[in-house]
Amino acid sequence: MKSTSALFCLAAATLLSGPALANTLIYCTEGSPEGFDPAPYTSGTTFDASSKNVYNRLAEFDRGTTDVVPGLAESWDISDDGKTVTFHLRPGVKFQTTDFFTPTRDFNADDVIFSFERQRDPDHPYYNVSGGSWEYFNGMSMPELIESIEKVDDMTVVFHLTRPEAPFIADMAMDFASIMSAEYADQLMQAGTPELLNQQPVGTGPFEFVAYQKDAVIRYRAHDEYFHGKAPIDNLVFAITPDASVRYQKLKAGECHVMPYPNPADLDAMESDPAVNLMHQEGLNVGYLGYNTRMPPFDNPKVRKALNMAINKDAIIDVVFQGAGTKAKNPIPPTMWSYNDAVVDDPYDPEAAKKMLDDEGVTDLSMKIWAMPVQRPYNPNARRMAEMMQADFAKVGVKAEIVSYEWGEYLERSKALDRDGAILMGWTGDNGDPDNFLAVLLGCDAVGGANRAQWCYQPFDELIQKAKVVSDKAERTKLYEEAQVVFKEQAPWATIAHSVVFEPISPKVQDYKIDPLGGHIFYGVSLSE
Amino acid sequence: MLSFLVRRLLTFVPTFFGVTVIAFAFIRLLPGDPIALLAGERGVSPERHAELARQFGFDQPLWRQYLDYLWGILHGDLGISFVTKKPVLTEFFTLFPATLELSLCAILLAVLVGIPAGVIAAVNRGKFFDQALMTTALVGYSMPIFWWALLLIIVFSSGLHWTPVSGRISLMYFFPTPTGFMLIDSLLSGEKGAFASAVSHLILPTVVLATIPLAVIARQTRSAMLEVLSEDYVRTARAKGLSPFRVNGIHALRNALIPVVTVIGLSVGTLLAGAILTETIFSWPGIGKWMVDSIFRRDYQAVQGGLLLIAAIVMIVNLTVDVLYGLINPRIRKG
Repeated sequence: MKSTSALFCLAAATLLSGPALANTLIYCTEGSPEGFDPAPYTSGTTFDASSKNVYNRLAEFDRGTTDVVPGLAESWDISDDGKTVTFHLRPGVKFQTTDFFTPTRDFNADDVIFSFERQRDPDHPYYNVSGGSWEYFNGMSMPELIESIEKVDDMTVVFHLTRPEAPFIADMAMDFASIMSAEYADQLMQAGTPELLNQQPVGTGPFEFVAYQKDAVIRYRAHDEYFHGKAPIDNLVFAITPDASVRYQKLKAGECHVMPYPNPADLDAMESDPAVNLMHQEGLNVGYLGYNTRMPPFDNPKVRKALNMAINKDAIIDVVFQGAGTKAKNPIPPTMWSYNDAVVDDPYDPEAAKKMLDDEGVTDLSMKIWAMPVQRPYNPNARRMAEMMQADFAKVGVKAEIVSYEWGEYLERSKALDRDGAILMGWTGDNGDPDNFLAVLLGCDAVGGANRAQWCYQPFDELIQKAKVVSDKAERTKLYEEAQVVFKEQAPWATIAHSVVFEPISPKVQDYKIDPLGGHIFYGVSLSE
Repeated sequence: MLSFLVRRLLTFVPTFFGVTVIAFAFIRLLPGDPIALLAGERGVSPERHAELARQFGFDQPLWRQYLDYLWGILHGDLGISFVTKKPVLTEFFTLFPATLELSLCAILLAVLVGIPAGVIAAVNRGKFFDQALMTTALVGYSMPIFWWALLLIIVFSSGLHWTPVSGRISLMYFFPTPTGFMLIDSLLSGEKGAFASAVSHLILPTVVLATIPLAVIARQTRSAMLEVLSEDYVRTARAKGLSPFRVNGIHALRNALIPVVTVIGLSVGTLLAGAILTETIFSWPGIGKWMVDSIFRRDYQAVQGGLLLIAAIVMIVNLTVDVLYGLINPRIRKG
């Protein structure tokens, strides 16, 4: 017993000893990054460790908003036909000087060309270095959209597009569009170690990479010559902590300052915990039930509408989201520009729903509800949600069977045009542009792909296609507002909820802002004593 | 002894090939397409899917993929991780020291506490200590690791502030880790307080991981001791007037140890399974968590390489146990 006590005393003494790292912010991240080059990956965990803090892009999202502001490009011009975009680059931007790379020049057009050509050109020496899996670049249709990229001079780059694309500037603020150092890449290639581009990142961003111990810790220090000015904190440490309950205990014990993704069950305790400042904001996402609009009777908008009226969304918000969600009436979240608040949601009215189904001659309907096997911000418990819908549908005489598959299978099978049943699914925005929801999820081009309602409705598609090519934001807003009205009338989905994002932080953390795009950005954040 | 070793080593060959088949088949039997998982909700076009499948070799017939895998193993190459794009061997051996360090500490704790506890319980059969120990061992054996770990964290880390919540060493320390064993590296670093910090971080995960093997070892030692204590030669030893310590601790325990060593050997498998949960909860950067992540991502190369290496380790441990049997009981060696 004596030895046990001695051991505990030793441990306690340890916590009080040890060299102190002044002005260090510790972020208890939920997982390990897959790499440090954001372009081959799609996960937010990887973006937090790379693009959000180490790199910059031509355009940026203003911190805490989805507004697009100049980044490494000071300004840009779009030609009248919308097919030529000229970026005027910011002079005097320094790449980070690290233990493994010392830049000899400032950022210029060569870096922009390199960053995109390596993803675009299969003959580029770096195309296959990361296995050629540029999923975001491909997913955002960049190979079809970008005809060529031209360097006019060191400070001017022109993108020639195959068609006008209004969201293009917002696309340029996305993680895959992070600008790498061409000089560093050349140096690595000459040394025969190009893979290090994905392991030892060099960017222009506010924090420079110091070291990574796999699955344990990532260390960064402030980039002294950052073009917006040095970050208020000197060091940034990512402590990889996969378990949400443990993250909370670490926050309480002062072992970290910011933690993502708390357990919903811990939220009440966090609210009343003086060691925690619980921040929250509506997420840029939507969870929905998508009917297969090509299969009868779901090809009838009135049937879809009736089923929507049978779903008790309030109960779902209470039970599935445990209050951490808001009812969705539109396919885009309320924080997004062009959100049409005038749209009236379908009321919860089982009686009227039953009558509508009867009027349409739908009796003894049996259907399937596909429940996702994974947890997502837009749907923390799809199985439970499906069970609640099953009970709701039973009240209007519809028999629902719940089916589920392994996640990869689910994603693949649910794309089938003849899919049997309605699917629980959702989306988290990539770039804050309504096109990223409305065209990606509901456009005719996406049928058989991300448009899992298989819904191709010309009046709606015309509106969103027009909004794609118009560069005037006010006009685009009008078109998207109108599209939301059409969507509501046609009801290809039952829009369920937008989640609320919670971020518990230490009261010592100042000026932290929740990123509506789901990232964790530490530039501009400071620590009080 | 040499022929015994050679015979045991020869049995490795078919076992090893069996493991390659199982490791290869296991991950492919799981439903789920790694490319679809990589693309997520966004999806991937059929053309792009085919292109990626070609790049990663998924378009090859299974027998061809298996032969490539086997060819790689024979050349010491376990392939490149589909996700991190790093060699699987490098990934494994970067993380393995953390698992080994934790497992060794856990097995040491389990043995150092479990065997004496089992002996004392057997000697005091039916008395209060025996009953209390057996009840505690049963509780320990049935304890859900996840719950037990969180309970310890809440009490000792958040409540009493005696131990850190998770990790291998305080984040305030930053030094090279040439061996990967934090206890050694912290000593080598020469930084004041680093070793103590590493020890303090080991306490809770060690206790959690040792709980089940400790309970099993204590119970096994007790029952083996009870059997041996009723043997004639033990009675003879007592009759000769030897001290209880010599009778129980040397004459009886030596023979009782054989089944206990078996249990300790088998505990290695339990430890590796327990390490998955323990490592996740305590943010311990070892192979347990890495394997789980790889399975979820359908990282074929990492899973089949990792399984093979873990199987090889278990096989080596079993061989060591067999050799130990021989040392404890020469009859086995001769047989």
